[in-house]
Amino acid sequence: MRNRTIKFGLVALLLSLVGGCTTVKPWERGTLADPIMQANRDPLGQSVIDHVYFSREAASGGRTVGEAGCGCN
Amino acid sequence: MFRRKHASLRLPRALKCTIRLGVFSRIALVLLMLSPQCPAAFREGDTLPPLDSFKLEGKLPDTKGQVILLDFWASWCAPCKKSFPVMQELHKQYAARGLTIIAVSVDEKREDMDRFLKPMNVSFAIVRDGAHKLVAAADVPTMPTSMLIDRTGKIRYVHEGFAGDQTIKEYQEQIQLLLKEPAR
Repeated sequence: MRNRTIKFGLVALLLSLVGGCTTVKPWERGTLADPIMQANRDPLGQSVIDHVYFSREAASGGRTVGEAGCGCN
Repeated sequence: MFRRKHASLRLPRALKCTIRLGVFSRIALVLLMLSPQCPAAFREGDTLPPLDSFKLEGKLPDTKGQVILLDFWASWCAPCKKSFPVMQELHKQYAARGLTIIAVSVDEKREDMDRFLKPMNVSFAIVRDGAHKLVAAADVPTMPTSMLIDRTGKIRYVHEGFAGDQTIKEYQEQIQLLLKEPAR
């Protein structure tokens, strides 16, 4: 019984540490905002690919967000 | 019959376990709340804490009895580039009447900040919060975020982001309003 209580205690402690998993704060996005983080750094080429995709699939969008991950404004 | 009897014997134990789990999950929740994951944010109506307690790099101006425009920015933030000429204009327009602009850079490297500032040619106060102590305490929701603080030190307006003409209009109205208020 005592062992079980200790185990539960340890699980509870570990659960409290899960709070360490946090989102990237707005002021920590310097690296994400770097142009190198963009999925495609050739906007013209990407627009051509998008057009082809749109023509073939009759669907557009849903690719990724524009720019890098600054999230400004 | 035997099975039912056996099951009824086990029920209290299972209940005990459930109760114990409930207690531990509550303890875990309290620990989670006590952990330093939820910093106190600066909100409208709060009093701005003394900025010199955050070990900022750079010289802080004397803000006693002044209306303060506290702006959080970064060299990698595109809207911040647009906001700087506007703040310089506000500085020129209102500094003599009691407006102090403090632009807090959250850049981790000083070189990035210097590279950004070189073509800007601004004359208001720039400090750097490389350790992110102030910005974390303010818990700004986006970059840039600016706050207008009245002459008594109370945060009166918070601007999230920089929306061009709309933000300029709001700055003008709010700064003029705050400048008219007495320091008490």
